Amino acid sequence: MTDMTMPKTEGLAVSSQAYRKRIKKRYAAERRFRAYGIAAIAVAVAFLIGLLGTITAKGAPAFLQTNITLNIFFDPEKIDTENLNGVNFQAMARNALYDMFPEVTERREKRQLGQLISVAADQQLREMVRADPSLIGQRKDVQLLAGDDLDLVVKGTYDLSQPEAERPVSDVQVAWIDKLQAQGHLARGIAWPFLTTGDSREPEMAGIWGAVMGSLLTLSVTLAVSFPIGVLAAVYLQEFATKNRWNDLIEVNINNLAAVPSIVFGLLGLAVFLNFFGMPRSAPLVGGLVLALMTLPTIIIATRAALAAVPPSIREAALGVGASELQVVTHHVVPLAMPGILTGTIIGLAQALGETAPLLMIGMVAFIVDVPANFTDPATVLPVQIYLWADSPERAFEARTSAAIMVLIGFLILMNAIAVVLRRRFERRW
Amino acid sequence: MSISTQEKPAVASPKTSSSDVKIAAKDVCVFYGEKQALFNVNLDIAANQVISLIGPSGCGKSTFLRSINRMNDVVPSCRVEGLITLEGQDIYDPEIDVVELRARVGMVFQKPNPFPKSIYDNVAYGPRIHGQATGKAELDEIVERSLQRAGLWNEVKDRLESPGTGLSGGQQQRLCIARAIAVSPEVILMDEPCSALDPIATARVEELIDELRQNFTIVIVTHSMQQAARVSQRTAFFHLGILVEEGDTDQIFTRPSDERTQDYITGRFG
Repeated sequence: MTDMTMPKTEGLAVSSQAYRKRIKKRYAAERRFRAYGIAAIAVAVAFLIGLLGTITAKGAPAFLQTNITLNIFFDPEKIDTENLNGVNFQAMARNALYDMFPEVTERREKRQLGQLISVAADQQLREMVRADPSLIGQRKDVQLLAGDDLDLVVKGTYDLSQPEAERPVSDVQVAWIDKLQAQGHLARGIAWPFLTTGDSREPEMAGIWGAVMGSLLTLSVTLAVSFPIGVLAAVYLQEFATKNRWNDLIEVNINNLAAVPSIVFGLLGLAVFLNFFGMPRSAPLVGGLVLALMTLPTIIIATRAALAAVPPSIREAALGVGASELQVVTHHVVPLAMPGILTGTIIGLAQALGETAPLLMIGMVAFIVDVPANFTDPATVLPVQIYLWADSPERAFEARTSAAIMVLIGFLILMNAIAVVLRRRFERRW
Repeated sequence: MSISTQEKPAVASPKTSSSDVKIAAKDVCVFYGEKQALFNVNLDIAANQVISLIGPSGCGKSTFLRSINRMNDVVPSCRVEGLITLEGQDIYDPEIDVVELRARVGMVFQKPNPFPKSIYDNVAYGPRIHGQATGKAELDEIVERSLQRAGLWNEVKDRLESPGTGLSGGQQQRLCIARAIAVSPEVILMDEPCSALDPIATARVEELIDELRQNFTIVIVTHSMQQAARVSQRTAFFHLGILVEEGDTDQIFTRPSDERTQDYITGRFG
């Protein structure tokens, strides 16, 4: 018998040539496979770094702004304390600037000089006087928001080597800015207007806060609607529904719904919520409902997968001690599926946060200056704000667009981090 | 074996059975969809004794076991015909509440399956949902008594709040037994309770089964004939969905009346 098996095992002998060749080939194949994998990851990481890098480089300056220090005389003759809103503080700021450049006398040049101060100066000065009326009659150095052109010149965004006609700032303006800077009248600070206000036609006054609030309000409606409905639907379908043709049909349609383009949900929202139910246009309430429709299939599918992953032995154990079907589900299956359910929900919400198309349909694309305070106020959301700013002609909006993208990505990272934390917290071994 | 009995209608006659019969099965047939898994099983199980169900894999012994506390209800395609009574009461009667039935007929599974909760909560879960304890003190007492009866108290009394899943396999299985007896059932069904345990843990569980016989009726499915011989007073041999033979354990293992039983216990098949 050994005589017969010996020739067969020769191919497996470590010393044999064929064996070594096979081993070498197998190791080479494994090395190649790993190299492909690493290359794929490297390409993906390079794209990601490239993308985030450009956005950060472009957006970062928008978080800073240039302030101009002017020596303002709060002229008691011009300030009517009874009617502060009627006082022309802008002229006061402009006059302070004219005083610094006595050589500028021509009207056209004076107008150009006045453009170096933001129109927000009017409001800034009014608020100052309102907060401290004792300023009236005094002369004081005040920091005011600079105009967007001055800001961009200081930040070096404009290519000043271009011919004068092809850039938004004239040579005289550049000369004045250089002089102001040399005299130490310009200062950099954090761009509070960008972080705390709503949209504006003036880039230096346009802020992201309105869109952030809009997104928060919209998403809270989405969460409040889609989480309970989605989880209940999934629990029923997975744990209680008998298997029949109707339930199969429902299941197939839920899966199909997850693949429907989001703009279709927007049209549905327009037809149903606005036209039929007469809900307010541009409102976070409607936006949230539309996004809830869109998020539902994601939550249902994720929840069902999480429920199906709970081991049957746990259900049997609970049934075995006499738990009712409902008790099995509420005491054991759903708590064990919670990490999966929450992860699915947050992924669904993150998707909704980045969604633009359906919201265009229900009017959330409007230009809205006020920061929304409740669910029926007109509002816009972060991705729509990005879209609006990307469309604006002023150069200063370019940086703001990138900065808004940074804010949006920041929120997405935050949500994913919450998902990870919740997963860790609820995860239990069995 | 039971072609003649098939003609007879399955009439409940609990009055005729002797007073200490706990569970009676009459002409029980179980189907999974089209496939019939059990054929006209007739079996009386007396109170306060251990009965082993033995037989090769797929012979229907687990199916029979799971019919006794209606665990087969959760299998959508499963259908049970015939009559199973618990103390003379038809357990498939629509009037019967399955939750109450399972509180009276507890179950221990093949693989230890403690809940991913604390040891205390594992044992307290049943009494809690059935409202068997009126206060924390009473619940504590039930938990302690159950763990003591399951022979686990001394090992876990200092760490009742640690997770039940952190125990060793044998301890987990005894925890599952404690969980089953915490609701004070009358019958305990055990589906190969030692198949995932090492010999030492198995010996402990077997000792435990013998002690539990004082208070409970125990039906145990096992693949180990030595175990059947060690722990049970009665033994039933199933083959291809048919109850071939049932009798005193000694008699089944020494003088089986059926050739198939003989072949199985001598290891000729299965």
